[in-house]
Amino acid sequence: MPSLTYVAPTTVSDAVKILAAASGPTRVMSGGTDLLVQLRSGRTKPDLIVDTKKIPGIIGITQNADGGFTIGAATSGALLGEHAALKAAYPGIVEAAQLIGSTQVQGRASLAGNLCNASPAADSVPAMIAAGTTVTIAGPAGTRTAAVETIVVAPGRTSLAKGEMVTAFHLPPVKGKTGDAYLRFIPRTEMDIAVVGCGVSVTLDAAGTITAAKISMGAVAPTQVQVDPSCIIGSKLDDAALARLDAAAQAVCNPIDDKRGTIEFRTKVAGVLARRTAAIAVARAGGR
Amino acid sequence: MSKIHVTTSINGEPAEFLAEAHESLLDVLRNNLNLTGSKEGCGSGDCGACSVLLDGRLVCSCLMLAAEAGGHEITTIEGIADGDKLHPIQTAFLENAALQCGFCTPGFIVATKALLDKNPDPSETEIRYWLAGNLCRCTGYDKIVRAVVDAAAEMRGS
Ligand SMILES: Cc1cc2nc3c(=O)[nH]c(=O)nc-3n(C[C@H](O)[C@H](O)[C@H](O)COP(=O)(O)OP(=O)(O)OC[C@H]3O[C@@H](n4cnc5c(N)ncnc54)[C@H](O)[C@@H]3O)c2cc1C
Ligand code: FES
Ligand code: FES
Repeated sequence: MPSLTYVAPTTVSDAVKILAAASGPTRVMSGGTDLLVQLRSGRTKPDLIVDTKKIPGIIGITQNADGGFTIGAATSGALLGEHAALKAAYPGIVEAAQLIGSTQVQGRASLAGNLCNASPAADSVPAMIAAGTTVTIAGPAGTRTAAVETIVVAPGRTSLAKGEMVTAFHLPPVKGKTGDAYLRFIPRTEMDIAVVGCGVSVTLDAAGTITAAKISMGAVAPTQVQVDPSCIIGSKLDDAALARLDAAAQAVCNPIDDKRGTIEFRTKVAGVLARRTAAIAVARAGGR
Repeated sequence: MSKIHVTTSINGEPAEFLAEAHESLLDVLRNNLNLTGSKEGCGSGDCGACSVLLDGRLVCSCLMLAAEAGGHEITTIEGIADGDKLHPIQTAFLENAALQCGFCTPGFIVATKALLDKNPDPSETEIRYWLAGNLCRCTGYDKIVRAVVDAAAEMRGS
């Protein structure tokens, strides 16, 4: 560890140049709440840390002219929770981000870190996938946009290429009767990692029938997985639709068996959480 | 490896130090600056004994590199009292016997300061959730919660 270097570039292009030129193991840092734990335990041994937080705009939330939102990659959960317009439009994403850790961890933990740490149990990721979130990625070849669900490819591994970093998240404008929600199951009430997580976003027509939906599960497979929403589209989330959703959510599970939840338990809870989360999303969208 | 020169503000005073890239803010507070009030209970963000305020925001100093402190304002437990005069939160902890060994106490007091600055009249539930990242092996938490309620009342002037 004595050979570690810390740099805090002040522009994205400088950061990308440094990342692209680095020859040894390198880590981008946002809030550092995963990185510092891994550094101390020796799980990661970078020789260069590139802190993004001195880059203007990397922390902050902007509501765009179309009503959508741009969230800087290193924006903390605490800041998300204090943004009234974001909370009103995307309560599911804000709740998911605010479930991360303690008040202390909230002061630093970011969406980019939660996504790029690539844990199957990351709380904000199913919520972001459900809400149709995209990310801007800067790299040596310029910037590109990608859907959140294309980033995590395996536990601890992302699809980002060498020299690339996430700079921002984009949430589309909320159209018509749309609502989102996120729930997780943990054995305690606070300070624990999801045994199952579920994010749901639904759009309803004037009569309250679901016309579009996106459902994402966390902690039940090596990466976040999606449930085919056709099981609830066209319904008003009546009992039959809920039963189909329960079965479909269980069917996508490929969980681990550990002390915090057996395969059987995680699978069953996935069905239950999917039903409960969908009911909240529908209520928020203005259905019953 | 050359050390990083950091210019910051700690408890309202300008501060400068040299840090290795891998050192946490907690390492530097305790080992270089002799500010040993902040404790290391875990070094992994779980216990809150290392809590400090970074520009008024509650964070774990064990989860922050010392090098990141440049240009920011840090408040540690040593900056909570007004000289020899204890802060009402500190008095309330003493009066409620909200500490036994005292190892967790600096973290609880800094976290409570952050809470009451934001919300002068928190409910018991809000207090318990806010302090969920501060662990205490001794008190069973109840006296800590009473102390926070009392401190809040005192600070509101009621
Ligand atoms: C006590 C404690 C409790 C926790 N509880 C939870 C919990 O309940 N739920 C949960 O989901 N997580 C939890 N976490 C994990 C962690 O806090 C979250 O994953 C957090 O969102 C990480 O964000 P960060 O900004 O701190 O990431 P960092 O530590 O800065 O980065 C994490 C990873 O992402 C990479 N990275 C960071 N920024 C970028 C970027 N812009 N571009 C590319 N790669 C990047 C880093 O290189 C690193 O590999 C907890 C952690 C602690 C210490
Ligand atoms: S020492 Fe920082 S949280 Fe325990
Ligand atoms: S008083 Fe001993 S840990 Fe809290």
